[in-house]
Amino acid sequence: MLEVVDIHKRFAPDKPVLQGVSLTLAREEILCLLGPSGCGKSTLLRVIAGLEAPDQGEVRLHGVTITGLPAHRRGIGLMFQDYALFPHLDVAGNVGYGLRMAGINAVERRARVDALLTLVNLQGYAQRSVDELSGGEQQRVALARTLAPNPKLLLLDEPVANLDRQLRAELVQELRRILKTLQVTTIFVTHDQEEAFALADRIAVMRAGRIVQVDAPPQLYRRPANTFVAEFLGFRNLLPITGMLSGCQASTAIGVFTLPELPLESFAPGARLLIPPDAAVLDAQSPGATYVSFTGRVVMTTFRGSIFTVQVTPETGATDVLLSFEFRNRGRDRLPQVGETIRLWLDAGQMLVINDAA
Amino acid sequence: MIALYALPLIFLAVFYLYPLLAILRISVGSGDFATQAVAALTSAAFWRLLWFTTWQAALSTALTVLAGLPLAYIFARFDFPGKRILHALLTIPFVMPTVVVATAFMALIGRTGLLNGWLQHWLALDAPPIQLEQTIWLILIVHVFYNVAIVIRTVGGFWGNLNPHLNEAAAVLGAAPWQVWRTITLPLLLPSVLASSLLVFLFCFTSFGVILLLGGLRFATIEVEIYRQAVSYFNLPLAAWLSIVQLVLTFSVMIVYTRQQARLSRQLRGRRPARSQRPRNRRQWSLVIASLLVTALVLLAPLLALTVRSFTLGDQGPTLLYYQALTENPRQSAFFAPPITAVANSLLYALATLAISLPLGVISAYMLAQPRSRTAAILDPLLLLPLGTSAVTLGFGYIVAMGPLRASPWLTPIAHALIALPFVVRTLLPARRALDRRLQMAAATLGASPWQRWWTIDAPLLARALAISAAFAFAISLGEFGATLLVARPDRPTMPMVIYQALGRPGLLNYGQALAMSTLLMVVTALALLAIERFRLPGEEEF
Repeated sequence: MLEVVDIHKRFAPDKPVLQGVSLTLAREEILCLLGPSGCGKSTLLRVIAGLEAPDQGEVRLHGVTITGLPAHRRGIGLMFQDYALFPHLDVAGNVGYGLRMAGINAVERRARVDALLTLVNLQGYAQRSVDELSGGEQQRVALARTLAPNPKLLLLDEPVANLDRQLRAELVQELRRILKTLQVTTIFVTHDQEEAFALADRIAVMRAGRIVQVDAPPQLYRRPANTFVAEFLGFRNLLPITGMLSGCQASTAIGVFTLPELPLESFAPGARLLIPPDAAVLDAQSPGATYVSFTGRVVMTTFRGSIFTVQVTPETGATDVLLSFEFRNRGRDRLPQVGETIRLWLDAGQMLVINDAA
Repeated sequence: MIALYALPLIFLAVFYLYPLLAILRISVGSGDFATQAVAALTSAAFWRLLWFTTWQAALSTALTVLAGLPLAYIFARFDFPGKRILHALLTIPFVMPTVVVATAFMALIGRTGLLNGWLQHWLALDAPPIQLEQTIWLILIVHVFYNVAIVIRTVGGFWGNLNPHLNEAAAVLGAAPWQVWRTITLPLLLPSVLASSLLVFLFCFTSFGVILLLGGLRFATIEVEIYRQAVSYFNLPLAAWLSIVQLVLTFSVMIVYTRQQARLSRQLRGRRPARSQRPRNRRQWSLVIASLLVTALVLLAPLLALTVRSFTLGDQGPTLLYYQALTENPRQSAFFAPPITAVANSLLYALATLAISLPLGVISAYMLAQPRSRTAAILDPLLLLPLGTSAVTLGFGYIVAMGPLRASPWLTPIAHALIALPFVVRTLLPARRALDRRLQMAAATLGASPWQRWWTIDAPLLARALAISAAFAFAISLGEFGATLLVARPDRPTMPMVIYQALGRPGLLNYGQALAMSTLLMVVTALALLAIERFRLPGEEEF
């Protein structure tokens, strides 16, 4: 229903913000734009909303080009990161604003405002002043206000970034419930991968004004397309591959691993081997055929509740390599101590070749 | 500490409340009060005076807001080369002495002014085509010129701090540009427009120098009438009665103004940093350039005309005659000494004003910044009062209250300091409030004594605000006219006094001296002003 075609935008000749962004969005889909701050994701949102004119490219909604249409005639809702609640209007005045602009009469407006406040769990807040509200309540009012005029497309700019951690997780789930109930097509922007995973049907990872990968969350996590995406998703164990031997064997500073599948053409100089943090087993015996033994010295142990993480360097050889692994905590009284030598089994079956040149 | 905090209170009590009480005592105590009041209330002249004072102030305010809003918009929303300089230029009229502005406008559009000279020359006219002298129009123009900076700075500062996302949110919700303006921008700006209007109204309501110098005998505000009654007719009871009427009226406006200010600062909470941008297309560029050119022209033309006329008055071409005359003291002159000594007098008074108002201002700012302090609650409105009290009333109060102190040369800087104090405090207060108390605590744990803490932490952080308020106080003292006219000793005249006296005497030489002295005063004030712009704190505009 939404097509974004080859959008370019620069704020100054030497400051390109969007460099040829294209995406398509299906009806009722929730797409997340994920990327570090300054990658252009908010600007893309503003281009789609009509608040920023692209230098080049097109935005189409239901097959109709809307690139030149002013924001107030697009029917696209945008929720701002700072919510931008109108300070001179009360909650009802804010939520009903879009309906007022649409010329809907006061009686109908009131009914709709009440319905929306119920939807976002703010019954009885209609007459409150917006600056008496807590951060979470403000976020709900902003959402209700954006939803009120029934936008064809909903854009959310960092919808929960201004809230504290505890509240964030709650509101992300709440948001997904509301979006799925209303069946609104949504694009939301975030720099937090957990949020993206929890909310999105598909995730588009952005870097420096370009989209570098679009995938559903599980696929994205399992197959990051390059080092940037892998590191942005939190993967730390990325070892340069020094050479490929016959039979899909990758050689690295800490040993040779036989990978289950490796199309040969995907290997190029600069390729790296990604070892997921949960690909290690702390045990004396080999758990299976794909496991390779690794002996290392513990640099740091961090207890994190149901899991704990261990950072290790190889006992001999490449002692500058630092690997980090997670282990389940169940049935364990004692954690590996710093300086201790431990034996790990690394599952080559879960490893992945990341190839930036591709 | 307590003793220190008592200083501003004592100062206000002795040099502000006591003189006002003295005026009250004259009017009420003379026994004529009731008679006077009844006589006034039943006299058409009194109501005419009140009516004129009010409507000229209201009209001036309306015109000022009308002229100021478009410029406030341009300054708030656009970024362009030379913006800083223009912003600085805007402050010039506000800080320029009334006497200078009045003579400058006469030099530009007066009967013998530059513009009339040119028009007569080019169009070969017999009579000057612009006949504004001693009309209400000239008064209104000068009032707008004077106060437009207040509107631009208050509203513009507020406008620039409005979250641009609010307009965008409205647009995304379906509001067309004019609907955004009507439903979002206008309601949000209204408090700041109201606040600045009240202040402009207050200044125009108590307008003195402009009316006295440009209105001739035809026009008088209450303020001018108080001066005339006290000095020319020596009718102290009537002057006192008028003072009290004016005090009641200005205080009422003042109360509304402070309420409005409080609302304004509440609204500013949680504001985002201003975001101005370059004009985007040819239409915006031409709009910006055209309005700024007009502004610069209107702001600078009178001052340039003043300077030019001070060198070219008469038929002999460029001359330094009038500046030379300032250094001489011919027999028939009205002056006790060469007029040029007034420059030294003014500078001395200004320095003394600094010496009084800065320490008092710092102490007051600290006192006001204390959360929930009872003294602060008393002092806050008290400190704003001098802003709402007319200078002439104050001077008049000193005459009737100060007894033997009347002849002291200190009375002038004291009056100036009192008038400057609200400005000083309002400049220092935001800076003091911004001081993080934890810095003091950190310094204390690192072994700094209270005095060391103030000197090494607070003082450097307050330095810019101090410099700005010093420049303000300096400029205010240099240009102060109403109180000075009543209080200063004739043998130690200030620059504005010399200008006024010279203007009141016939002959080209006297008029030329007034122009020359005005030019000097303008230059000195501009120097102080430059210092203000240099140190200006970003985003802190309490006036």
